[in-house]
Amino acid sequence: MIASNGEMTSHTIAVLVENEPGVLARVIGLFSGRGYNIESLTVAEVNAKENLSRITIVTSGTEMIIEQIKAQLERLVPVHKVIDLTLEGDHVEREMALVKVRGTGEKRVESLRIADIFRAHVVDSTNESFVFEIVGAASKLDAFIHLMEPLGLIDISRTGTVAIARGLSAM
Amino acid sequence: MPKEQYTGAEIVLKVLQDQDVDVVFGYPGGVTLPLYDVLYKQNRLRHILPRHEQAAVHAAEGYARSTGKVGVVLVTSGPGATNTVTGLTDALMDSIPVVCITGQVPTSLIGNDAFQEADTTGITRSCTKHNYLVRHVDDLARILHEAFFVAQNGRPGPVVVDLPKDVILGRGEYTPVEAARPRSYKPKVKGDVKAIREAVKLMAAAKRPILYAGGGVINSGPAASQLLGELAHITGFPVTLTLMGLGAMPASDKQYLGMPGMHGTYEANMAMHDCDVMVNIGARFDDRVTGRLADFAPDAKKIHIDIDPSSINKNVLVEVPIVGDAGHVLEDLIKVWKSSQVAPDAKALDAWWKQIGKWRAKKCLAYRKNGKVAKPQYAVDRLFQAVKDKDVFVATDVGQHQMWAAQYIHFDKPNRWMTSGGLGTMGYGLPAAMGAQVGNPNGLVVCVTSECSFLMNVQELATLAQYKLPVKILHLSNGSMGMVRQWQEMFYDNRLSQSVMEAVPDWVKLADAFGIKGLRAETAGEVDDAIKAMLVHDGPVLLDVVVDPLENVYPMIPSGAAHHEMILGPTDAESTESGSDVVLA
Ligand SMILES: Cc1ncc(C[n+]2csc(CCOP(=O)(O)OP(=O)(O)O)c2C)c(N)n1
Ligand SMILES: [Mg+2]
Repeated sequence: MIASNGEMTSHTIAVLVENEPGVLARVIGLFSGRGYNIESLTVAEVNAKENLSRITIVTSGTEMIIEQIKAQLERLVPVHKVIDLTLEGDHVEREMALVKVRGTGEKRVESLRIADIFRAHVVDSTNESFVFEIVGAASKLDAFIHLMEPLGLIDISRTGTVAIARGLSAM
Repeated sequence: MPKEQYTGAEIVLKVLQDQDVDVVFGYPGGVTLPLYDVLYKQNRLRHILPRHEQAAVHAAEGYARSTGKVGVVLVTSGPGATNTVTGLTDALMDSIPVVCITGQVPTSLIGNDAFQEADTTGITRSCTKHNYLVRHVDDLARILHEAFFVAQNGRPGPVVVDLPKDVILGRGEYTPVEAARPRSYKPKVKGDVKAIREAVKLMAAAKRPILYAGGGVINSGPAASQLLGELAHITGFPVTLTLMGLGAMPASDKQYLGMPGMHGTYEANMAMHDCDVMVNIGARFDDRVTGRLADFAPDAKKIHIDIDPSSINKNVLVEVPIVGDAGHVLEDLIKVWKSSQVAPDAKALDAWWKQIGKWRAKKCLAYRKNGKVAKPQYAVDRLFQAVKDKDVFVATDVGQHQMWAAQYIHFDKPNRWMTSGGLGTMGYGLPAAMGAQVGNPNGLVVCVTSECSFLMNVQELATLAQYKLPVKILHLSNGSMGMVRQWQEMFYDNRLSQSVMEAVPDWVKLADAFGIKGLRAETAGEVDDAIKAMLVHDGPVLLDVVVDPLENVYPMIPSGAAHHEMILGPTDAESTESGSDVVLA
């Protein structure tokens, strides 16, 4: 039985869907229509032959709400499978960000130094700017972006989280 | 050899034939002309032309609910499609299987704001179980078959299939039913055996049990209703049925307590509140049933059987969830109950029934005597007395009259009661009755309504006249949106803001203008004869009964209150008779 205590937790949910028009709108509509949170959502085709896409959703809610979200997703006609990676146990989560920093002199050097610590790569550079590519857990990206702020951060593009279970199991 | 080719319009017809569809409720328009032309050239499929697309959907709902089949709707693009939105939402909320085919502008024009273009799949995404835009004529048969599968399997609901004109006109191959199952949608019908055993254990130990069943039992088919009765009889448990579940257990059964919820019976609500084990079968803990959640059945261990996993633990947390079709699970539950030779606590059950007997003795549905004009309860009660020996189908609109119909008309069979439960759609009654009559040409179909709801789809009187559908309409003239007026009286110091209908047509003349019989009962004394005259007339009848305008629906659990905080109605002894000369406003 589900506990009724109202503690909010974050869950990463993977959804395998038919790759058809409207399926993303349906998933997003479900979240907005029922007032659930979306912290991050990514989608891409993962199996062209079978015409399947995988959606990764990071959401938060009480245990009761998370159960609802999964049940609501499961009953959508084009949904094949729903997996709560947070509940299933060990999994890897990754996000990528492109981060543009503008600056010269000391600040420019400092941004490079921090990028090095975070294993971010320079993918574009001008005399006055860098674009860093950084990969990691969302919290690592948050930390990096935070440190870049005083150094001339001007633009960010993030992919949202993708996730996969560790070990042998597959969706 | 290449496969035979058909036009899109021919494919639609072929699918409908293969799906055993015998009637379509539709309204033509520009982009569906080729479809209508194919319809014109055949006579296997019947087409009924309601006077508004909203009514077409409600008619399909009435047809579906009264026959157990899928209701089919065919409308044109743009306004034809947008007019169906209320009906589709209604069908979604009440889990009614409907396939609604909408025309669309040619694929080349989609997105161009073409004449009569609307983003139908976008607009209906949240008011359908699923919807499709068919882009290629070769996909048409597969998608349309799939739509029928989705509409009736799992938790039933409405499905929209949007057909661009070029798809209707194009030529393509036909896909037979067998090759058209959705790849991803596989609802679970069998319940988990371990959970069922656990449920039996809880039930066997119950001292104050209740079976609380809903529309899921009806949707599962008549066998599920039989099984519900069987379960009640082998366990000796009392049964309450939700608004959507009326008829799933004969109301004449001694173990039946009536409906629970806001206007449910005293005994049903008190039993819900005091029970120690609640078995929910195909109901959804709707807020109109539960009242204040914090005080809902506080001592009860709860078992919930539902085909839709998202209905479980949505409003109320339960100890034993069982995902599956009501009929299948009931069958297994009965098997396990019998084979495990459980012995319920007879002494405790006896005491429980004694307690229930005391609640019943309150006679919560007693109503005050008529004045010069009839009490609305009296009119509905007399209608029931006049039809109770017949196999009667009843549709209602929304408001006080709907609750009185639910309270005073009793059903012994499923699929006899059509009402808008989830959405509460005024204007549902007349078209739903029409659809039920189309599906049951020899059945007695009655519509209970009142002026404000009735005016919302009154144009359908013309449809009754055209097809000679002998629907009997009991229209209660209480001069207002009675239900709104009741809340204003109870919670807003009787400030009757916009709830009084100051101008309404002369109903008898209106009926006459539409070419159907009109009757009126102005006093209580005339009610019986008028009902009799309505029932003997061979054809549709609108009977207008003038009723006490100030009568309220009781019992009542005010919004946000708990079951044991129910208000009972005034009795003759304490009442101030509101009489016939009371003027509203
Ligand atoms: C389409 C729609 N609009 C508004 C309402 C809100 N509403 C619920 S009951 C009611 C009054 C219905 O009046 P009437 O049909 O005369 O029935 P009565 O209560 O008098 O029996 C209203 C306005 C509704 N349920 N549906
Ligand atoms: Mg009224």
